[in-house]
Amino acid sequence: MTTEEMQELVETGIRSSVENVCGMMLGCTVEAGETRIIGHPLQESDGVVALIGMAGPWIGTGALTCRPEVARQLAGAFLMSEYEEVNDEVLDAIAELANMVIGNLKTMIEDKVGAMGLSTPTTIFGASFTTKIGGSNTWTLIPFQVCGGELLVQVCILPNEQGRTHARLDIVGHMVTKN
Amino acid sequence: MALDVLIVDDSAAIRKILQRVLAQTEIPLGTILEAGDGIEALERLKANHVGLVLSDINMPNMDGIELLTQIRANAAWKSIPVVMITTEGSQQKVLEAVDLGAAGYVRKPFTADQIKEKLVGLV
Repeated sequence: MTTEEMQELVETGIRSSVENVCGMMLGCTVEAGETRIIGHPLQESDGVVALIGMAGPWIGTGALTCRPEVARQLAGAFLMSEYEEVNDEVLDAIAELANMVIGNLKTMIEDKVGAMGLSTPTTIFGASFTTKIGGSNTWTLIPFQVCGGELLVQVCILPNEQGRTHARLDIVGHMVTKN
Repeated sequence: MALDVLIVDDSAAIRKILQRVLAQTEIPLGTILEAGDGIEALERLKANHVGLVLSDINMPNMDGIELLTQIRANAAWKSIPVVMITTEGSQQKVLEAVDLGAAGYVRKPFTADQIKEKLVGLV
């Protein structure tokens, strides 16, 4: 599979996966925006980010990013509760949403390239931090309107020519992390 | 007779959702126990009379496949129905769980009705 074919698969997969997961687990409508291919590896963030690694014949990372108030809304819809702050339950809910979205995408990728592994999600909550995925300079980014707020889903994936078992991830800035 | 149910998932969010779904079923529920991985699950099984296990596959420390293996290898637990509820969609994992004696399999994301349908006839 070429990098271009993988990019198409990732785009289709993200759209289908987010609609499926948010429709079934959050019970709200999902509106997808335009796909953007980001050519720089640094991602400046402010809010909640959930990251999951994929490894196999291809290797990469998936990320869900949203503002704190959107994270509270998504967690509220997911757990049928109300949250006034981004607490442990909110971070856990966003982590599980990421697990389902990227897990479903991973299943679609597996059908084309063979077995892939998925890491457990890492959730980051903070202000003014930067994430960088080592060895890659291309992300597929799709914004979604979900439960009245914006959820960004980003994936970067490359052929695993060196047979690595996990992607390198650097995070710089002020943050609170939860595994 | 009330049934004690063990929910095994490293996500507290999923454990909370499954508790809510179980409460919507007509299953006469006793205690709902929770565990964050396979090792904790074995501790709950040793200390309680569990009648049904709902387990994730991908978990830290001990995954759902190893947990299922240990449940089936224990004379006291081998007849407990174990339903796997997971994002793991690979055919290999499904076949492995079925070969080991999983009573059913539900893929995340799921609806409450899918879980309820899977539990009908098991308990």
